[in-house]
Amino acid sequence: MTWLAILAASAVCFAIKLLGHLVPEHWLAEPRVARTASLVTVGLLAALVGVQTVTTGQHVTLDARLPALAVAAVALALRAPFVVVVGLAAATAAGLRALAG
Amino acid sequence: MPGRPAPSRTPEQRAAVRQAVSVAVPTGLYGVSFGALSVAAGLDVLQTMALSLLMFSGGSQFAFVGVVGSGGAPLAAVATAGLLGARNGLYGVQVAPLLRARGWRRPLAAQLTIDESTAVGTAQPTTAAIRTGFWWTGVGVFLLWNTFTLVGAVLGDALGDPTRYGLDAAAAAAFLALLWPRLAGRLAQATAAAAIVVALALTPFVPAGIPVLAAAVVAVVLGWTAGARPAADGPGVGGR
Repeated sequence: MTWLAILAASAVCFAIKLLGHLVPEHWLAEPRVARTASLVTVGLLAALVGVQTVTTGQHVTLDARLPALAVAAVALALRAPFVVVVGLAAATAAGLRALAG
Repeated sequence: MPGRPAPSRTPEQRAAVRQAVSVAVPTGLYGVSFGALSVAAGLDVLQTMALSLLMFSGGSQFAFVGVVGSGGAPLAAVATAGLLGARNGLYGVQVAPLLRARGWRRPLAAQLTIDESTAVGTAQPTTAAIRTGFWWTGVGVFLLWNTFTLVGAVLGDALGDPTRYGLDAAAAAAFLALLWPRLAGRLAQATAAAAIVVALALTPFVPAGIPVLAAAVVAVVLGWTAGARPAADGPGVGGR
């Protein structure tokens, strides 16, 4: 099932890329299309941040992930590179969990 | 074009190569985090590599393993990955007339059309430099991203319980880092806030994966109905 989903999702992603290369240029002339597409990216990523930070299964739970995300936000505000941001978040959560035993 | 002999390169093309390398190296390196997070989400090394090779779009890949890892339906994972990849289609519309790739190069150019290659390519001053920038960044990210995905997946596999190492928090931070450069502008910020509220409010009531898709619907409604101001953000500001 996972393999099927991987192949299907990859096919969808490639089809979207190829479609972009094949459609005529004026298709983009409608500014709403570009704006909506960029906002969909924003909305999906924001929702994923929320879900990954404070949910476990179908429950909203507050744990070490929330302070870890706060650390990541500070790192991003200080323009830290991606790997550093992700590493600091992991270290924060792992450290807090180790302290909590 | 990729295979052109080096001596004929213009100063603009050489600058494009330097930019491409400086973007491709850090981007490729964070393939380590994707590889580790993917196996932490329950995918095996082969499945993880398939995503990096075939899907090849960071946001979509992180989203796919995020939805699968949280127990979401496969269809929700496919839909989320596809929606996050929608922007690549828009990049294609921008870069296709500049690249004029034909034959076997066209599907190759399509597969390499991501935030980074589009950002570096379209930032160049001449057509030759645009092509050099796009191809060097695209190929560079592809090679490094896949290499480091493998490193991360193998390491992650050997680590065991992912929460002990805070890998669940790392996944959240990865999404935040992808989101961050796109938050310029009121509309983007309002959309992000609304998306989080909607996704969390729905979480207790609907199956995993659906809250994220509902947030996408909110974004579509906001984007379609908001005032006719131009989109604030183009391709991956800050190299993502």
